[in-house]
Formats: sequence, structure tokens, C-alpha cells
Amino acid sequence: MIPISYYILLSAILFTIGAVCVLIRRNAIIIFMGIELMLNAANLAFVAFANQHQSVSGQIIVFFVIAVAAAEVAVGLALIVTIFRTKRSIDVDQLSSLKG
Amino acid sequence: MLLSEAVTQGPEFFSFAPGLILFPVIGLLINMFFGGRMKERTIGILASTASGLSFLTAVLLAVSLLSHPEGMIIPLAEWISIGELQVNWTMRVDTLSATMMLVVSGVGTLIHIYAIGYMHEDVRFKGDLNRYQRFFVFFNLFIAAMMILVSADNYLMLFVGWEGVGLCSYLLIGFWYDKDLLGRPGIENALAGSKAFIANRIGDFGFLMAGFTMFWTFRTMTFSEVFSQVHHIAETQPGAILAITLFMLLGVAGKSAQLPLFVWLPDAMAGPTPVSALIHAATMVTAGVYLVARSAPLYTAVPDAQSVVAWVGGVTALFAATIAVGQTDLKKVLAYSTISQLGFMVAAVGMGAYVAGMFHLVTHAFFKALLFLSAGSIILGIERGHHHLDHGDHNDEEVFDPGDMRLMGGLRKRMPVTFWVFLVGAVALAGIPPLAGFFSKDEILAEAFQLNFPVYILLAIAAFLTAFYMGRQVWLVFFGDPRHPAAGHAEESPPIITVPLIALAVLASMGGMLNLPGVHTFTLWQEHTFEAFHLHLHHGEFNPWIALISTGLAVVAIFLAWLLYGRKPLEENQPDPLRKILGPVFTGMNRKWYVDEIYETLIINRYIDLAKFLSIKVDWDFWHDWFHDKVIAASYRQGARFLAGPIDLGIIDGISKGLAKFFQSLATQSRKLQTGYVRNYALAVFAGVVVILGYLILQ
Repeated sequence: MIPISYYILLSAILFTIGAVCVLIRRNAIIIFMGIELMLNAANLAFVAFANQHQSVSGQIIVFFVIAVAAAEVAVGLALIVTIFRTKRSIDVDQLSSLKG
Repeated sequence: MLLSEAVTQGPEFFSFAPGLILFPVIGLLINMFFGGRMKERTIGILASTASGLSFLTAVLLAVSLLSHPEGMIIPLAEWISIGELQVNWTMRVDTLSATMMLVVSGVGTLIHIYAIGYMHEDVRFKGDLNRYQRFFVFFNLFIAAMMILVSADNYLMLFVGWEGVGLCSYLLIGFWYDKDLLGRPGIENALAGSKAFIANRIGDFGFLMAGFTMFWTFRTMTFSEVFSQVHHIAETQPGAILAITLFMLLGVAGKSAQLPLFVWLPDAMAGPTPVSALIHAATMVTAGVYLVARSAPLYTAVPDAQSVVAWVGGVTALFAATIAVGQTDLKKVLAYSTISQLGFMVAAVGMGAYVAGMFHLVTHAFFKALLFLSAGSIILGIERGHHHLDHGDHNDEEVFDPGDMRLMGGLRKRMPVTFWVFLVGAVALAGIPPLAGFFSKDEILAEAFQLNFPVYILLAIAAFLTAFYMGRQVWLVFFGDPRHPAAGHAEESPPIITVPLIALAVLASMGGMLNLPGVHTFTLWQEHTFEAFHLHLHHGEFNPWIALISTGLAVVAIFLAWLLYGRKPLEENQPDPLRKILGPVFTGMNRKWYVDEIYETLIINRYIDLAKFLSIKVDWDFWHDWFHDKVIAASYRQGARFLAGPIDLGIIDGISKGLAKFFQSLATQSRKLQTGYVRNYALAVFAGVVVILGYLILQ
């Protein structure tokens, strides 16, 4: 039986990688992947705790998160396609027209 | 007295008294609002009916007084109630006021009827139909105001009527305000109205001062309350009563055209003739006499004031009579005669012969109204003659004065009715027995002989002159040959004009019956009022010598007039025969002793100088140029500059600009945070989450 701390550690590492990826990368698709990574890190933590507590509610939440993430991917990719069509690039640093 | 005791249980109509004022007011309201849609004659008949109903009320009141001679107080409404000052609308019906009510409404009604005919012709002559309605509205207003005056129970209500009749006088003198005396465009009539109004204003100042002094000393203005305190006040403050009576005399001089304020009355002849008859001969101008008679207890308490009043009256009587001798205008002679006769009345009431004064007031109302109305009829007749001429010769555009006696003559045959009634009036005024004027004037002379001999002399001379100028007028107007074609074509007036004249002629001949020597009906009637205030009246013992002297004087004067004007009638363009005899004296009489000119130099021009000084020096130079421009405007400008400069620009603007700069720099700094890079925002969110979580964990 693998102790729960391993799962939590893996989840934290994945979340950190995802967060750093969102913060430092300029490619929109990569940032998107970072977000997916953070979501799945959270899913992993839910599943791990659900298993430990022998409760299904954590797993149900994960289903919801997967469903929401799928919807989010659909919207996000549509946005990226539209951005690409206007700017001919998916570099998020180009999208700075709200600069004060 | 026996008669009144016998009918003590007689009828009593005192509650009808408000009708005196109400009927004319209703009449004037109807005429004012609906007169425009009524026929001309309806307006006149309505106004005459209103006045006639007022007369009927007065008769009912007089009948009531027969059985209740002590009179009656009829409260109408509360008016002013401030501290001690209690003034109410209260009517006082006693024998004195009832006499005035009868005269005012009786003579007034006759003149209303006459005016229906007169104004019709006058309107046609001057070509303005709209004024017909206005004329009768003013006429009814006058009757109402006069009724307020005579029925008042206190001096303030009397003053309301006093001002009301003054207003009507002004409105009616200036009735043809856009014409001059001969009907051409001009403002002469309006000026005459203003003159009357201003002269009366000086008199009203006296009345007001008398009223204030009265309230100051008596603490009341009601007749009975004032009169009951007179004895007490006369002992403690005789000066106050003297001041009240002398101030009141100023008011009397204004209203009753006495020296020195008489100058407005001759000019008042600018009004239509019924106005001259009603207001400026029969009723309004006698208000002053009524006031003195009404205030008899006050005047009796101060013999000094009495003698001043008597002298003013006597001098006025003589002075005006001399002017009347030299006048050439038909109505001007009558105007000065009115002033002179008012002088008789004022002298009488001044001497304490209140009944004689009131008696002369009544008879004078009859015969002077008669004379004025006849004069109106003469003027109309001559205007008709002039119209007649116009048809013959249209190029004749010369100015023609229908009132100029020098252009008359021979009217006896052209206007017989007018001639006879005028003659009755003239003989009554001249004081030939047995017409009304003889009895009343003789009573005044008899009283004066006893009470104040110097004034008697003045009045006797005035009576002599009265007979002379009336004789002169009759011969100039009616006898000889016409001195102008218009007089030659004059036509008699229609019955609507002559019937009131005949009625007045009857009154003028019978009026003396009111107070026959030895019977004293009028004296006994008035006694009820005066005895209520513990005043005992002279019974004016008939003095056959005085009567003989005054009748003799009148006969001699008429004979002299005949010598000068009757024996050899005046020819066309011939100067007045008196001018040859009297020379410069006649010029003086003719020019009214230059009173108007003297007033103009001494008073009016000085007043205008004062007004100019005030307007140019005080108001413009000092007040406007120096005080406003230099002092106020300049200091204000400096103050404004100070507020605008250092205060507004410096402090107020400094604060707001500083605030603006501060926020501007704050904004410049803070907009750097808004980089536009998503990751910067994401980093901020992460950092925030980390901080919050760290805080929660480490707590």
C-alpha cells in the first residue's frame, strides 16, 4: 500500500509544474496545458483522499472536474483559434492592449 | 317736540339704513359689469333708480326720526381693532346726518335724471359713447361715498367717505381727460382734475393730523365717545383740542374750497355740468361744513378756533364774491359764487350758528344745483345753435366757447323754461324774499350780527356782491340781443333736462319754509342732535332790521346790475361796462386777483425748485454719483477684487488644484500595475492565494 503522502507529494509537484508553466510560458496552448495539469493535480489529490477515507464523494467531484475541464477546453480552444485568426499568433504577450 | 311725543310709537325703519350705501353700490356694479351690453338710456335709468332708492331709504330714516328723534346707531361690521384703537363700520342716523342724506340723495337723484339727457347730448357732441357707462358708474360711486361720509359714526369712517368723494371728484373733473375745455385734444381737463386732487390732498393732510391728534388725546375716534370727553379734555389739554380743530379746518378748507385752498374749485368746472352741480356745488363741497357742524362740541370748546373758522369763512365769502363779479364764463361765475356761499356756511358753523349753516347748506344745494343745471342747459342750447350754424357753413372752424357769457344774450326768448328756472335760482341766491336763499342767508347774517360783528360786515358786502353778479349774469345771458349767431339759434332743452330743473326750482322757492322765522322747524329738528351733546342752540331770533338791510342791499345791487347791464345791453365785442368804472380793480377781479399766479410763483415754482434740487443735487449728484458710484460701487469693487484674487484664485483654487495634482500622480503611479500581460495578473492571484493560505496555515 503506497502511503498517502506520496500521492499528495506527486499532486503538489504536478500543481507546481502546472502553475509555473502558466506563469512563465508565452504560448497560449502551453499555458492551457499548464492549467490542465493543475486541474489533474487536484483530481489526483481528491482521488487519493477518497481512497483513504473510503468515500465516493471525492471521486464524484473528480468526475465533475473532468466534465468542467472538458467544457473549458472547448471554450478555451475556441478562444485561442479566434485569437490566432486576429493576431496571426498565439503569443499571449501580444495581447496587451489593456495595458494602463 | 309735541309732535314727536305724540308719535313716539311711530314706525321705525332704522334697519334699512345700509340701503343708503348698498343701492348705489349695486347700481354701479351692474352698470360696471353689464353696462357695455345695455342700452344707453337703461344705464342712466338704472343709475337714477339706484340713487332714487337711496333717497327713499333716507326718507324712511327721516320718518323714523320723527318718532325717535334721538337717532340710532346701526353697527355694520368690525373694522379695525388694534389695542386701544377700536374703529367699526357703524352708521349714525340722527337729524343732522339725515338732513345730509336727504339732500345728497334727493338732489343727487334729480341730477342723475338730468344727466341722462345731458350726457346724451354731451356724448353726441364730443363723439364718445363708451363714456356714458363710466359716467354713471362714477356718479353712483359718488353717492355711495357721500353716504358713507354722512352716515359715519366715527372720524375714520367719515374719512373713508371723504376720500371716496374726493376720488370721484377727481375722476369726474378729468372725465374728458383727453380733451381741453373746448373739446379739442389736450390735457387741460386732466390737469384740472390733478389740481383738485392735490389741493384736496393738502386738506386731507390736515384731516389726518386732526385724526391722529384726536386718537392721541381722546383714545377713540367715535363721535359720541369723543364728544363726551370734550369737557374733561378741554380743561386738561386745551391745546390738543385747538390743534385738532385747526387741523380739521385745513381739511375743511380743502374740501369746501375755502381760503387758501379754494383754487381747485373754479378749475373743477372742467368736468361735465351735472358733475359741477352735484359734486362741486350741492353736496361734496358741503362736506366740510357738515364736518364742522358734526364736530360742534369740539369747536364750541375752543372759541379761538371758532373765530378762526368764522374769519376764514367770512373772508372767503367776500373774496370769492369779488372774483365772481369779474368772470366772463358762465360756469366760473357760479363756481366762485359757490365758494362764496360755502364761505357763508363755514362762517356760520364757525360762529356756532350750526343750524343756520346747515340750513344754508340745504337751500344752497337746491338753488346752486338748479343754477348749474340751468347753465348746463344753456350751454347745450347754444351748442345746438352752433351745430345749426355748422350745417350752414362748414368752413367755420373757429374755436367757439359755448360757456362764454360775452357771446350770449337774448336767450330769454330762445330758452324760456331755462330762463325762468335760472331766474328762480338767481333770485334765490341773491336773497330776495320769499325764496329759499333769503331765509337761510338772513339767518346767517342775523346770527353773525349777534356773534361776530366784523364777519357780519364781510358777509353783508359779500351778499351785496352776490346779488350784483347774479343780476349781471342774468342780464348778460338772457336779455338784450344775441352777441353770437350760435346764441341766436339756441334751442330749448328736452323735458328730461327741464323737468329736474323745474323740480329744483320748486325746491329753491319753497326751501325757505323749512325754517321760517318764529316756527323754526329745522332748528327744532336739528336740536335733537346737538342737545344730545349738551349744546344749546341759538334760536336765531328773526331781526327785521337785518332782514331789511340785506334785502335792501340785494335790491340795490340788482338795480346797479340793471343800470350797467340791463338798461343798455352789452353789444358784440363791447368791453364790460364795469371795466370803465372800476379800471384795474375789475382787471384784478377778472384775473382772480392773480391767486393762481401768486401760488405758482410762491409755492408751485418753489416746490418745483425743491424737487429739482432734490433730484439733481441730492439724488443724482450726491446719492447716485458720489455715494453709489464712489462709495458703494468702488468699495464693493475692491472687495470683489480681493475675494476674486487672493481668496478665490489663491486659496480655493489652490486646494482643488493641489488635490487634482495629487490624484494625478497617484494615478500615474498606479497605472504601471496594469501591464496588460496575463501572467502578471496570474502571478498576483497566485501570490495572493499563497499569502492567504500561508496565513491560514501558520495561524
